[in-house]
Amino acid sequence: MDTKALYDVLRQHPFLEGFKPPHIQKMAEMAHEVHFARDQTIFREGDECGIFYLILEGKVALEVSAPGRIMRISTQGAGDELGWSSLLMEESKHFQARTLEPVRALAFDAIRLRQTCEQDHGFGYLLMRQLLVVVSQRLQATRLQLLDLYAPRGVKLI
Amino acid sequence: MDPNQVAAPTLAVIELSGLAQLIGALQRRGYEVIGPAVRDGAVVWDVIERLEDLPAGWGDEQEAGRYRLKPRGDGARFGYASTPQGWKRFLHPPEVRLCQLEKEGSSFRVVEGPPPAARRALLGVRACDVAAIASQDRVLIEDRYPDAVYAERRREAFIVAVNCTQASGTCFCTSMGTGPRARGGFDLALTELLEPAGHIFLVRTGSERGAEVLAEVDHREAQPEEVLRAEAAIENACRQIWRRLDTSDLRRLLLGNLEHQEWEQVAARCLSCGNCTMVCPTCFCTTIEDWTGVAGARAERRRQWDSCFTEGFSYIHGGSVRLSVKARYRQWLTHKLASWVDQFGAFGCVGCGRCITWCPAGIDITEEVAAIRGE
Amino acid sequence: MSAAGCPMTPAPARVAKVDKETHDTFTLALEPADGQPLAGFAPGQFSMLYVYGVGELPISISGDPHEPGRLVYTVRSVGRATHALVNRQPGEVVGVRGPFGRPWPLEAARGKDVLIVAGGIGLAPLRSAIYDILRHRDDYVRLIVLYGARSPKDLLYRKQLAGWARLPDTQVLATVDYGGTSWRGHVGVVTTLFRQLRLHPAETVALVCGPEIMMRFVVRQLEARGVPESEIYLSMERNMKCAVGSCGRCQLGPYFVCKDGPVFSWAEMRAWMDKHEL
Repeated sequence: MDTKALYDVLRQHPFLEGFKPPHIQKMAEMAHEVHFARDQTIFREGDECGIFYLILEGKVALEVSAPGRIMRISTQGAGDELGWSSLLMEESKHFQARTLEPVRALAFDAIRLRQTCEQDHGFGYLLMRQLLVVVSQRLQATRLQLLDLYAPRGVKLI
Repeated sequence: MDPNQVAAPTLAVIELSGLAQLIGALQRRGYEVIGPAVRDGAVVWDVIERLEDLPAGWGDEQEAGRYRLKPRGDGARFGYASTPQGWKRFLHPPEVRLCQLEKEGSSFRVVEGPPPAARRALLGVRACDVAAIASQDRVLIEDRYPDAVYAERRREAFIVAVNCTQASGTCFCTSMGTGPRARGGFDLALTELLEPAGHIFLVRTGSERGAEVLAEVDHREAQPEEVLRAEAAIENACRQIWRRLDTSDLRRLLLGNLEHQEWEQVAARCLSCGNCTMVCPTCFCTTIEDWTGVAGARAERRRQWDSCFTEGFSYIHGGSVRLSVKARYRQWLTHKLASWVDQFGAFGCVGCGRCITWCPAGIDITEEVAAIRGE
Repeated sequence: MSAAGCPMTPAPARVAKVDKETHDTFTLALEPADGQPLAGFAPGQFSMLYVYGVGELPISISGDPHEPGRLVYTVRSVGRATHALVNRQPGEVVGVRGPFGRPWPLEAARGKDVLIVAGGIGLAPLRSAIYDILRHRDDYVRLIVLYGARSPKDLLYRKQLAGWARLPDTQVLATVDYGGTSWRGHVGVVTTLFRQLRLHPAETVALVCGPEIMMRFVVRQLEARGVPESEIYLSMERNMKCAVGSCGRCQLGPYFVCKDGPVFSWAEMRAWMDKHEL
């Protein structure tokens, strides 16, 4: 995809809601399209992967491995981001990301993104704020998941 | 008596002997007459066979958490204010069978409905209780699903109201617009007037059957001075009422203050015993229990009084919605004085004061409302 | 006092079929017993189901309102009475009172997208709405079903969900809170599915049913996306005994859930639903 096409795709991605055209343009210049096949590992626990993704199509599972089994934490799909921790200068991944379906995404070099934030504080503020929104939504969803709302609760008196 | 006069309420006077005749006339029409009796230090309802069964010369002293009978030294048959119980036990029974079922192989058959209602004449219904009966009518028979049990008992009930000529410490019917004078909703209404000017009863008819019964009793037209005596006596009751419940904008006040700190304060005192709901003449909440015979051949579904103060009342999914006493007290008060308006177009409280008298912690709903107003 | 037409007396109905949906959830189909026709119903309504000598339960009707002579219920066995109900054998007779309650506002949703959001057993009363919508498919624009369950083995009506997903102008997204490795679908609470949707909020009517906490979070998402409060509908649940508004137990604020509900608009519920212990 050329930069113009990337711009159009980014404009419609939920992560960039509220971004002004100059900022979307900056993102478009840093993006490149990537494809993953089914059951492909995007990153593993401990990887120093410094790539931030915006998913366009497909489904990715976040998993963690324990002896004898792999535990699935959540899935990310079209409209979600992946690898937000790379924007925070974290060193390695906590979870592994594996595709459940063929995935089409836009990939961004995290170092370049962080540099752009340093040089353009307006852009940096927007990006970090949006990241905070996304992470807080993820936190809220995770809390709901932990509540185990569908578990049977006690015995009905009747 | 001219049947054409039935439409307009008439004012008549009967002597004490007339009251005896009234009881007889009701009995001849197949009514079991229920009236006041004195037992266990209180005025309770019991079957009245004759005039002599009515206790004479008893009054009461009521305050928050306090009830005492005291002798009056006169012959008043209705010289007390409110009784521990209203009349709901006769119209909305504490326990009643809804249906009886019989097992038939892998199926069942309904063999009986509720038991038939007795015909009862309620003698001594205070104005607040007349209003309470009207309130229960709205809830139980004037809504989408009329209750057959209540409807039958209500239809078969002959109401002899007695206007109050004295009030107790806990009365506040004047604040709720329900008394001390009964306005409609009765078959006959009496006002008792005492010596030395003559022990008589002013009688107002409130229905056709009331007029028919009065026709069988020795009566005469009321004289103007007797009407004035009755007015003065009722005024006397009004003057004795000192408790006030300010109902202005009450619904909005309560529903807009669901997190007021007063709820915590009252919860610290409330025992959640449910006395208030048992003595309240408008409380209607029930539960349905299933009972099976030993061999399982018969089963019954029984409806029983229940109270929103019980923990299990709001039980769902392994827990109660209203777990804290605070939540349960708040539910009772906001239902009675706010949500009731949304549901039935009027307050659920008739100002009888029973909840104040019979609360072991002496909680007073007039004070609670004032506290939420910030007074 | 006869049983016919009396809302307080259980009418006999014969168990025709009991299907196991999951390890703890069963679907019962009831047919007339003794020639007494079963009452018709509207989606969202419930019956009081009576097991002789045990007790009664409010259960949402989960069947097709246009299938005459049958009443279908999906019941989760969590206690003594539900256990008794799901253990009825075909041929046995249970008692039915009802139907009761205010149904889903399917008429008001005509000409719009219908967004159905179900959590757990909450899909049961929504299934009868889906049946009705599919029978009058041209009256509605898009049908979107979001469904969340605890785990893959707790998903109800899987074959039907797959069938509905294949229909034109229909989107079905299922998710689970806990997925195993053989599950290739979404993992995460049902609110995480919203990002996959392209909603036209002014043209959407949302029907929501599930645990109360789930419904509150779903409503927040819907409002954040611009769906008006008058077009968001929830099915509420409270302790019920009489189902006719006289035992007083099901009160929620000024409403009797049995007769003013169980379906309420968010406009009606918003003042009450977040009040603690109301």
